[in-house]
Amino acid sequence: MRVWSLLKTYTVMVYIFMFAPILVVLLLAFNSSQFGGFPIEGFSLRWFVKLYENDAITRAFRTSLMLGALTAIISTTLGILAALALVRYEFRGKDLITTFLITPVLVPETVLAVGLLIFLRWLHMPRSFGLLLLGHSIIALPFVVLVVQARLTGIRRDYEEAAQSLGASPLQTFFQVTFPLMLPAVFAGALFAFTISFDNITATVFWRPSGMETVPTQIFGMLRNSVSPEINALGFVMICITVGVPLLAGMLARYFSRKKI
Amino acid sequence: MARVELINIQKSYGSVQAVKNANVVFEEGSFTTLLGPSGCGKTTILRMVSGLADPTNGDIVVGGKRINNVPIHKRNLGLVFQNYALFPHRTIGENIAFGLKYRGVSKSDAQEKVRHSLDIVRLPGVEDRYPQQLSGGQQQRIALARAIVIEPDVLLLDEPLSALDANLREDMRVELKAIQDRIGVTTIFVTHDQSEALAMSDKIVVMSAGVVEQIGAPDEVYNTPASEFVATFLGASNLLPATVAGRNETGVIMETPEFGKTCVPVARSITLGDAAKGQLMIRAENLHLTKASITKIDSANAVVEAVDYQGQLARYFVRIGNTQLQAINMISGRPFSAGDKVNVSLIPEECSALPANDT
Repeated sequence: MRVWSLLKTYTVMVYIFMFAPILVVLLLAFNSSQFGGFPIEGFSLRWFVKLYENDAITRAFRTSLMLGALTAIISTTLGILAALALVRYEFRGKDLITTFLITPVLVPETVLAVGLLIFLRWLHMPRSFGLLLLGHSIIALPFVVLVVQARLTGIRRDYEEAAQSLGASPLQTFFQVTFPLMLPAVFAGALFAFTISFDNITATVFWRPSGMETVPTQIFGMLRNSVSPEINALGFVMICITVGVPLLAGMLARYFSRKKI
Repeated sequence: MARVELINIQKSYGSVQAVKNANVVFEEGSFTTLLGPSGCGKTTILRMVSGLADPTNGDIVVGGKRINNVPIHKRNLGLVFQNYALFPHRTIGENIAFGLKYRGVSKSDAQEKVRHSLDIVRLPGVEDRYPQQLSGGQQQRIALARAIVIEPDVLLLDEPLSALDANLREDMRVELKAIQDRIGVTTIFVTHDQSEALAMSDKIVVMSAGVVEQIGAPDEVYNTPASEFVATFLGASNLLPATVAGRNETGVIMETPEFGKTCVPVARSITLGDAAKGQLMIRAENLHLTKASITKIDSANAVVEAVDYQGQLARYFVRIGNTQLQAINMISGRPFSAGDKVNVSLIPEECSALPANDT
């Protein structure tokens, strides 16, 4: 009994240690005081208004959203194709390619970032939004491949064989049967890719062209000058997006699957 | 509906030969079963006919046309899988109508055809449900409806009953055969279950290790097996090494240490040829046990070693000298028990002669 209550207390403490800083940011975002700190003087949305009026931040926000969305589209498309090849076909060097696709997760991001940068220098290519997008897609791709691959392995081959025997061409079979069946994983993979890109700072610092800021690099830049309450508000928005989007997606997925059965 | 011909079909996976030189004709409108243990190549043949696998050698001819190079989606075949393979994200109606989309059937015609096919499989009115809302047997009927609604040239069934439980399997067996009779489609049925094969087929193709062992009507395959494999795979048999003691116009005289001379009819000794040695095959149900005091012709004295009691019949393991034999007898009165001395008799006309076992 005593051991259990000790374990419980310990667990709660760990969670507090992990989530308290986040909670502080969330609370301070609504503090009316100019200087972030406790006790909170009054409730206010002024930092959100200020955030909205700050051109640099809204620009960074738009960049991040665009980057995240494009990363999701590119890495999901590539991820689906890679997963299809790896699960449905036999070819030489399959294991090697699998390892290759997963490596970006294992290699430290800094190493990956510097590596890609040097490679592009060698090709005499300047840093650009395209490069940043390419880099983010590389980082997100393994996650998409893993999620989609897991799902595809669970989709029995005979669904596809049945569709073909009924007269559907391979392409029709993919769009009529395989794709709808793996849609939940595709959706999850795309969300993964989006949040990974939206959150990323380490690699982004290396890859972004001069003058371009994403939300994380913008926050980073602002922190170097001062800890403004605006940052708390921005943090609030970031947390809402990175936590809220997957949660919402999960709820939607459950709603749709329940409707069907 | 079409006649299907396999001409010198071979299939190799690397160095493994899954099917060795098979020549089989599936007559128009007939129900043919590919029977054999797992790994004998029966499913490989089905997959080659359907287009899911390419033969390494040989020709597949359907309705007079060679279809080796026709891709699966242009072959117009109905395929039913062991696990039904109904699309879980489509309703029953959409599942059945799936193949009609690619055949230019109008929406209203498709609806009519779906309803008609559901009537055939005796599950009317389930169009709007999803596959997972139906039981296994019902799903299997839907899979069948989906395969026959496109009016296929050939219906291919890959162990369609093996996922069902025993009682349902027997009901579906009868029903499947009835449906096939009614629509008259050329059907190729793959199974490892001998009772399914014997009960349903017009013709059975017995396979083992990639080789077609025998092709014939169920009673033909059962009563006059062409090889030792067929004799032991179908039913329970006793195989006794024998020497050929003579030949006359009625049959071949096989001499065994257990039963002396037995005259096997010519029709039941075809594969023996001119060999001087062979095997005498006696079905377990054709060995009759009587009390030791009654001595019949073509009989031997034996001791019952074990009894496997099954209600209306019993399986006996009896010993004659050094040979153990199996006998399945209907029980009239009290069954024999282990240790009983009995007389075991056979009827020569019910025995077969097979080539000697070289291995």
